[in-house]
Amino acid sequence: MSDTFHLDGVEVKFEHGQTVLQAALAAGKYIPHLCYHPEFKPHGSCKLCTVKIGSRTAASCTMPAETGLEIESGIEELNALRRTLVQMLFAEGNHFCPSCEKSGNCMLQALGYDLEVHTAGFRHQYPDRPLDASHPDILLDFNRCILCELCVRASGEVDGKNVFALSGRGATKHLIVNAASGQLKDTDIALGDKAMQVCPVGVILKKRIGFSIPIGERRYDQRPISAQALDDAPRKPAGAKP
Amino acid sequence: MIDTTNTKSLETAAHPENLRRVAIEPVSRVEGHGKVTLLLDESNRVQQVRLHIVEFRGFEKFIQGRPYWEAPVMVQRLCGICPVSHHIAASKAMDMIVGATLTPTAEKVRRLMHYGQMLQSHALHFFHLCSPDSLFGFDSDVAKRNIVGVVAAYPDIAKQGVLLRKYGQEVIRVTAGKRVHGTGSIPGGVNKNVSLEERDYLLKDIDQMVEWSKAAVGIARQLFEQNLDLYNNFGTFKAHTLNLVRADGAMDLYHGGLRARDMDGKTLFDHYDYSHYWDEIFEDVKNWSYMKFPFLRRLGPDDGWYRVGPLSRVTQCDFIPTPLANQARKAFMAFNGGSATGATLGFHWARMIEMLHAAELIRELLHDPDLQGNELVNIGQRQERGVGVIEAPRGTLIHHYKVDEHDQITRCNLIVSTTHNNQAMNEAIRVVALQYFDGREITEGLLNHIEVAIRAFDPCLSCATHALGKMPLEVEVLDAAGERLSSLSRSSDGTFSALA
Repeated sequence: MSDTFHLDGVEVKFEHGQTVLQAALAAGKYIPHLCYHPEFKPHGSCKLCTVKIGSRTAASCTMPAETGLEIESGIEELNALRRTLVQMLFAEGNHFCPSCEKSGNCMLQALGYDLEVHTAGFRHQYPDRPLDASHPDILLDFNRCILCELCVRASGEVDGKNVFALSGRGATKHLIVNAASGQLKDTDIALGDKAMQVCPVGVILKKRIGFSIPIGERRYDQRPISAQALDDAPRKPAGAKP
Repeated sequence: MIDTTNTKSLETAAHPENLRRVAIEPVSRVEGHGKVTLLLDESNRVQQVRLHIVEFRGFEKFIQGRPYWEAPVMVQRLCGICPVSHHIAASKAMDMIVGATLTPTAEKVRRLMHYGQMLQSHALHFFHLCSPDSLFGFDSDVAKRNIVGVVAAYPDIAKQGVLLRKYGQEVIRVTAGKRVHGTGSIPGGVNKNVSLEERDYLLKDIDQMVEWSKAAVGIARQLFEQNLDLYNNFGTFKAHTLNLVRADGAMDLYHGGLRARDMDGKTLFDHYDYSHYWDEIFEDVKNWSYMKFPFLRRLGPDDGWYRVGPLSRVTQCDFIPTPLANQARKAFMAFNGGSATGATLGFHWARMIEMLHAAELIRELLHDPDLQGNELVNIGQRQERGVGVIEAPRGTLIHHYKVDEHDQITRCNLIVSTTHNNQAMNEAIRVVALQYFDGREITEGLLNHIEVAIRAFDPCLSCATHALGKMPLEVEVLDAAGERLSSLSRSSDGTFSALA
């Protein structure tokens, strides 16, 4: 069964069970997003994928697609809000792109470029959380965490290990690892885990990789995030048989 | 020539009270921010001259705890003029940390990057920063004494300067990924080779760059010929020297052993393994500058200061291993009985010889098929300590790190080229003050003489302030009328005391 809604005036087909974001991406229409990952249950926390449906706003990653919806996304009003959200994420953490090995492969940075975030906008909070370098092959830089919970979901849902969790509330919320010592070396994380592959920023890093990918060959050197997100989008609804 | 012992009293005036203070702030046409203060008595006689560096960096502190592979990219943010120097010096230190022996491709790509750096930095200095003084005169019309004035009066020279710099930046882009702050050099090697297409792109203009570099050596020589007395004596003093040399005594800007000679040319040490440089080189701090004062341990802090950079390298190497630059070196050494080899303004001539050398080396390397090799990284046995030393455009550059078993940097010390030259620059301006100032009315042109002496060293003041943890400080509380109410001083050993 297939039906349609309108996104920025263009008809988008969807299938039952798809969210607005899934249907839009499958149809080749980009809506900026950060905490959404096609392989995981939508989370709705970063709010970058917020769209307007009439006078309401909704996170398109959790909003079920419905027939006849009139949805706005690529309008300056929403993009200005998205820029502010990105600025707040940058201000909350230590996102020093010049010396960050994730630069060029970082979704937050790529979104900043794509949304044309040219200024800081907010006073930086400069968190001072110690690195966890205890594991022989994996490094955690907690100062870059944007609390998207992708690693939490990957470790729990795919790896079945529950290595990561968020602790605390509000402004003190932070990423922790599941070990009595609080150190990554005492967890059962492994390099091949899904949790190692999903961090959109530079928190979970394989050690000794650093800057081995030359400038020009990094993911977002090739094409902007708005184009690459469409490549990653499944063309079938989540859960459907191929 | 003025005996340098005459300048020692000018570091601190015997009776600073009631002296008139003249400040040159900021020192212009240098990299970074610094100032010069002069204390003059009522007859305009100079009693004290100091070059102060008023910026503060702090890289040694905030790099602690970071993973070692971040260092070569992070530390180059010290500077936007010769970031490649820090990039490569840190990489060489990290090569030691990861126990690497570089593959031929890795070493040659790094060398190419470094020579591109040398070319662009030297061109920037000679054409953009210094030519206004040398082409128009030290006390010429200040409104025209700048690069815009040079473009108007000498368009061909200005154009060559711009294009030489551009070419050097392109060499850096090809090898490091970006013209400024690239990532090409990594612990144990490089992250890319040079493709045939990139090689051909650079080969297209290299002959022109060699020709223009040769012509620039000619301009530097001409300046001496036209005003021999001024160029021989301006701010000139005798100094010990320090530089890297290759095993056969040749100039090598990328790697070698340390050679130190005293002011009379006697060798103090030669082919010294820099991995324990601290046995020979130590750093002193003074309570009036954020910049440290390195010295040769065997001569002590008072007499052990030395000079680094193009003048030391060109005069103290046994030969330059490219034909045109070596020929230019011989002419420089022989000129007027060798008078330019000790002259402060001889820096410019030596710098242009090095620029020619860099251009020749780039041409040589571009024909080397190893640049297209695919063996980029070679890792060996992990070590705890790494020291990387190169000859940066402004002189010997030392990076020193300790890394723990978790791959985190626990200690970092940087001794930057301009820091090595700290005392030498102070000597130069004190000599100029003695030569030109005593008793004369202070004018802008006269003050520019001080800046000309500093510029000869091509200082990078933003790179050079690393007195972290030992930084002497003075805090003053002034009332609305500017009168001092109270003050506190922290000495270099960390003790506090109230000032009178």
